[in-house]
Amino acid sequence: MAYTEDDLEKELENQEYKYGFTTDIESDKIPVGINEDVVRLISSKKNEPQWMLDYRLKAFAVWKDMVEPEWAHVNYPKVKFQELSYYSAPKAQGEKKWEDIDPEMKATMDKLGISMDEQKALSGVAVDFVFDSVSVKTSFQDKLGDLGIIFCSFSEAVQNHPELVKKYMGTIVPTTDNFYAALNSAVFSDGSFCYIPKGVRCPMELSTYFRINEANTGQFERTLVVADEDSYVSYLEGCTAPARDENQLHAAIVELIAMDGAEIKYSTVQNWYPGDEDGKGGIYNFVTKRGICHNNAKISWTQVETGSAVTWKYPSCILKGDNSIGEFYSVAVTNNHQQADTGTKMIHLGKNTKSTIISKGISAGYSNNSYRGLVQINKNASNARNFTQCDSLLMGDQCGAHTFPYIEAKNSTAKIEHEATTSKIGEDQIFYCNQRGINTEKAINLIVNGYCKEVLNKLPMEFAVEAQKLLEISLEGSVG
Amino acid sequence: MLSIKNLHASIQDKEILKGINLEVKAGEVHAIMGPNGSGKSTLSNVLAGREEYEVTEGSVDFEGADLLDLAPEDRAKEGLFLAFQYPVEIPGVSNINFLKTAINEKREYHKQEPATAKEFLGMVKEKSALVELDSKLASRSVNEGFSGGEKKRNEIFQMAMLEPKLSILDETDSGLDIDALRIVANGVNKLKSENNATVVITHYQRLLDYIVPDFVHVLYNGKIVKSGTKELALELEEKGYDWIKEEVNA
Ligand SMILES: Nc1ncnc2c1ncn2[C@@H]1O[C@H](COP(=O)(O)OP(=O)(O)OP(=O)(O)O)[C@@H](O)[C@H]1O
Ligand SMILES: [Mg+2]
Repeated sequence: MAYTEDDLEKELENQEYKYGFTTDIESDKIPVGINEDVVRLISSKKNEPQWMLDYRLKAFAVWKDMVEPEWAHVNYPKVKFQELSYYSAPKAQGEKKWEDIDPEMKATMDKLGISMDEQKALSGVAVDFVFDSVSVKTSFQDKLGDLGIIFCSFSEAVQNHPELVKKYMGTIVPTTDNFYAALNSAVFSDGSFCYIPKGVRCPMELSTYFRINEANTGQFERTLVVADEDSYVSYLEGCTAPARDENQLHAAIVELIAMDGAEIKYSTVQNWYPGDEDGKGGIYNFVTKRGICHNNAKISWTQVETGSAVTWKYPSCILKGDNSIGEFYSVAVTNNHQQADTGTKMIHLGKNTKSTIISKGISAGYSNNSYRGLVQINKNASNARNFTQCDSLLMGDQCGAHTFPYIEAKNSTAKIEHEATTSKIGEDQIFYCNQRGINTEKAINLIVNGYCKEVLNKLPMEFAVEAQKLLEISLEGSVG
Repeated sequence: MLSIKNLHASIQDKEILKGINLEVKAGEVHAIMGPNGSGKSTLSNVLAGREEYEVTEGSVDFEGADLLDLAPEDRAKEGLFLAFQYPVEIPGVSNINFLKTAINEKREYHKQEPATAKEFLGMVKEKSALVELDSKLASRSVNEGFSGGEKKRNEIFQMAMLEPKLSILDETDSGLDIDALRIVANGVNKLKSENNATVVITHYQRLLDYIVPDFVHVLYNGKIVKSGTKELALELEEKGYDWIKEEVNA
């Protein structure tokens, strides 16, 4: 392990939400409210083909008649959908050459620690930077292009690779899937698209960095990753937003398609603004993420969720192919008045399919943290296996941890193991650290990091360091 | 080095320590014996600063400082070490990382540079050899899944790494097999110097054959009721505690 608790100590000075700044940049923002004309306007701003507009309109028609789901263990003032703006883009994008990018925007990327300069990018991570509604810049496109890998903004994909988008978009998360997915399908503005050709191992991490800047806008992006037969890709996603008093809505869709023998690793470090200590402001994070595995394919979701005022998110795997594998590794931290309802669904359809779920919830302050998971073994899924481990750690006695595990097994050969624990951070452990000269705050960081290690270890190195720092910052002040 | 005067401490309003007096000088080894429940672990916990215990009376001077006034982590950084009777497991935190954090905290406190990786690994190698700790244990999570004896050995390994002035070993011998007992005791002896001191809490004379004490004290019902030299331990081994209890209650 190259990253150690020591690396973290250096970062200790800056404990507040350090991504809370705003960028002063002129934007093209459409008036608030949503109706068919708004959907048409977004589509025309993006110069979309008719089929794309039709897709949006169909989704909008569906959404209009849907009601917001209320089954999640979260409680928040309802979103006023007519008071949001559904599109905001920084002005004067020009040709998307690095030289043409607004200096304010470059400064923002710098502050966020995003390197677009391909010469300077040490880590060899190709990045698509999505600012409010649009993708600002994608790096390393040429280099990846040599391997036949397509990595670009979703808008570009609609223009340049319509056949791929048409073929796969909405096949995993249909417009009718749920309230937020339908809304996204109607008004999504941008996002990332990635296609890995047959037999290609993507040589670098691909990543999308989402940033909400404008006030009173919703962010609706979608990501589509298609890994063709026997290919491999590791994909990272990071998110931040300015500290604002009002709540902002983020409703994204991610679809993953792993063809025969392909593997997709999808990692998220979600650090949207969580609101202040009293629960004022923060992002509503309502996200639909799902992937499909064909024969011998594998999808791993790894997430570290520390941000957002309310999180509603269940990255799932449809294990359609025989011998396919689905994994879900999650750390969800809630502090102050944050609420998270997160988990996964593993749908076993193929034979010899395997799934693993490791969920680590940490609740502090007045927060509520729920794990909600479904393991479904279908009739034909003989010899399916699932292992679920679901741990909750409580800090203080004003917070809540809940688990809602659902199991549906329709095949008698299924083997399902479920382990769940709830613990409090041990006084004994803290005292033991104290006795070795480690103060209580550092002791908690050590213990929490140790508790999450199984999940943190699944993250690519650069992200693991970031994630550890985030855990520390999120739990700041949670112990008196 | 350590001077305990009339120390009273209670937990949940129940008085456990009822006026302890003890002087430990640099270079000395003291053994504390006594029946189960007499307050030996309580004494070590109070000295280490465990919050649940309330000190109601008395004072403790450690190297010229008021020990009871210091936070537990500062007591440790000032050179007080407690080898726990029941070492705690910390899942997911490697022994190495744990110790590195501890050592660098101490160094920072004493305004010293943090240990370089090379320096640190050199120490690990040297000190783990001292207690013949399997190098695999050093990289595993702190005490997690360690056998009882391995945990005790790990405590002494940590002690060796932290180079304390005063070490309190709370029943470090219990759970050790015969060979391990000798190894651990030899380790403790090698760490002994003119400048440090050791308090060993034990039920068995056997340990004191290896770690020879300058003084032996009997703790009974929250008080030190008898002190002597190592011959006292032999006498206790032979006769048990009844005669002491009778003396006290007479
Ligand atoms: N947390 C606690 N709550 C209530 N009583 C306690 C607590 N800790 C210790 N005691 C009591 O204090 C007394 C002394 O306990 P202590 O652990 O100090 O004994 P000891 O001398 O170390 O015994 P042993 O030889 O068995 O280790 C016992 O009666 C014990 O039950
Ligand atoms: Mg004891």
